[in-house]
Amino acid sequence: MDLIFYFLRQLFLAIPALFGVLIITFLLMRAVPGDVVTQLVGIDGNVSAERMEEMRRMFGLDLPLYEQFGQWIGAALQGDLGSSLRTGRPILLDLAMRFPVTLELTILSLMVALIIAIPLGVIAALYRGKLADSIISIFALLGLSIPGFFLGILLILLFSLKLNVLPPAGYIPLQESLAQNLRHMILPAVSLGLVLAAAITRIVRSSMLEILGRDYIRTARAKGLAERSVTYRHALRNALIPVITVIGLQFGSLLGGAIIIEQVFSLPGVGRFALEGINLRDYPVVQGAVIVIAASFILVNLLVDLVYSLIDPRIRYG
Amino acid sequence: MVSTFKTGRSRHPLLASFQRLLRNPSGLIGLILIILVILAAVFAPLIAPYDPIELNTPDRLQGPSVKHLAGTDQYGRDTLSRIIYGGRTSLSVAFSSIALATLLGSFLGLLAGYYRGWLDVVIMRFTDILLSFPVILLAIALLAFFGSGFSSLVIAIAVVYTGPFTRVARAAVLAIREELFVEASHASGSSDLRTLFITLLPNALAPLIIEITLRLAYAILIEAGLSFLGLGTPPPAPSWGQMISENRRFLALSPWATIAPGLAIMIIVLGFNLLGDGLRDALDPRLKR
Repeated sequence: MDLIFYFLRQLFLAIPALFGVLIITFLLMRAVPGDVVTQLVGIDGNVSAERMEEMRRMFGLDLPLYEQFGQWIGAALQGDLGSSLRTGRPILLDLAMRFPVTLELTILSLMVALIIAIPLGVIAALYRGKLADSIISIFALLGLSIPGFFLGILLILLFSLKLNVLPPAGYIPLQESLAQNLRHMILPAVSLGLVLAAAITRIVRSSMLEILGRDYIRTARAKGLAERSVTYRHALRNALIPVITVIGLQFGSLLGGAIIIEQVFSLPGVGRFALEGINLRDYPVVQGAVIVIAASFILVNLLVDLVYSLIDPRIRYG
Repeated sequence: MVSTFKTGRSRHPLLASFQRLLRNPSGLIGLILIILVILAAVFAPLIAPYDPIELNTPDRLQGPSVKHLAGTDQYGRDTLSRIIYGGRTSLSVAFSSIALATLLGSFLGLLAGYYRGWLDVVIMRFTDILLSFPVILLAIALLAFFGSGFSSLVIAIAVVYTGPFTRVARAAVLAIREELFVEASHASGSSDLRTLFITLLPNALAPLIIEITLRLAYAILIEAGLSFLGLGTPPPAPSWGQMISENRRFLALSPWATIAPGLAIMIIVLGFNLLGDGLRDALDPRLKR
């Protein structure tokens, strides 16, 4: 019960942050030189100034800023994020199509990262100072130093151009064909996930090392438990707690990285949507994309808090 | 390991840390990599075999050869020379933006940690909000706002990385603000400013230096990412991210033109990461032997 109350309170506390993100996005986009009308019309000047003013009136761009913001927030609270100024399509419709792409990309990347990082981190800790540890440490350092988009291009070069086993770009919706969808998502997910894997490997290693030095591990060994049981049941479970924090913290950079990776692999995700919106000064598009990205970041961090208390009974929120 | 206790000549703590850094293999390798890349960038006109922007179409899209060690791009420009010159862009953007972020962020962090109260709340709330944007998205929005070009790029990257410095400086001040020597500074009649900068700042220096090194790695990566998206410094002056996005179209035909600038990014970022690791070992008092 306490937990639910805590969760609701945190959700409530997140509202000002989300509101702040929105105001900054709103002001920043409007401070940017040029608006959607000038971007649409271009600079060829075939359109009269009167006609451009008329277009601005139609989009409500002639209203004072606070009125524009008020109108937008009012509608957003009722679940209407407005329509794209360029295509006229409702933002929600586009987001409903694009958010699943970004979500799938981030979840798959996270899975790639964890599948690689947890075993490597444990091995590095168990064989501390040995060859395996050195090799894993070097791998982790290289992973931290490679830009995700460059890794993506290298993977395209190897798997699409040389070996010709995976498609270099494009997206097939999940509901159309699971196999085809995964084939298109493997390379993007690995490009994004390997970088995160490097960060998590280092954390698992140092966290394992710290836990393995604790008294209760010595006790577990002293009472004759098998080494396997000590490693996995006693050490690893506790060593994974900091990993969960890092997932929360890194989720933002995962979303950010997704913007570039979506560009590299031509995936129709939220990141590309935001990027197109910024380039065209399509304000509602940018606002809609940012609200989804910021809200999912805040939500993931709340979930991390929650998972925390579930796996570590010592943590109690009140 | 038995530590010997030296008496007599006492070394300056900074010098001692530096010597510890040089004895640390990752610190030393990192430092060497960084110095090599900086030297190459500074002395680019002397080192680069060709003019980085000179077109030479007959030689276009060549693989590595004795004439062009890293091959050429679609206009026949020498890839190695472009990488050497591109280092100037990446390094100057990274150093300027992190310098700005350090100044701004640690100033805000010192204020927040020292005065606490409403100032702390306002500064940290704002920092939290800035940190809830994905870095690259905020940088793109700022670039749209400031327009493209060198100084816009520097300001955008500086703004997105101000938050971490604010947090580090604030945490460092919070950890020591109740210590006796801070009280002594007050008692001896020092002004707030003097206490802040002469007494507190030097004690926050170690975590700040580590943060600077690691953020330089991030700054290089984000500069490369923005250039890759076409939001970096304008061509024809080369930058690594821009080279990757330009040459990507010819990946199948001439992969080296894309791979080589990527390797350059990796080398310098690896250098900063190694140095950051080394500095953490050398400066973190908890690890001192």
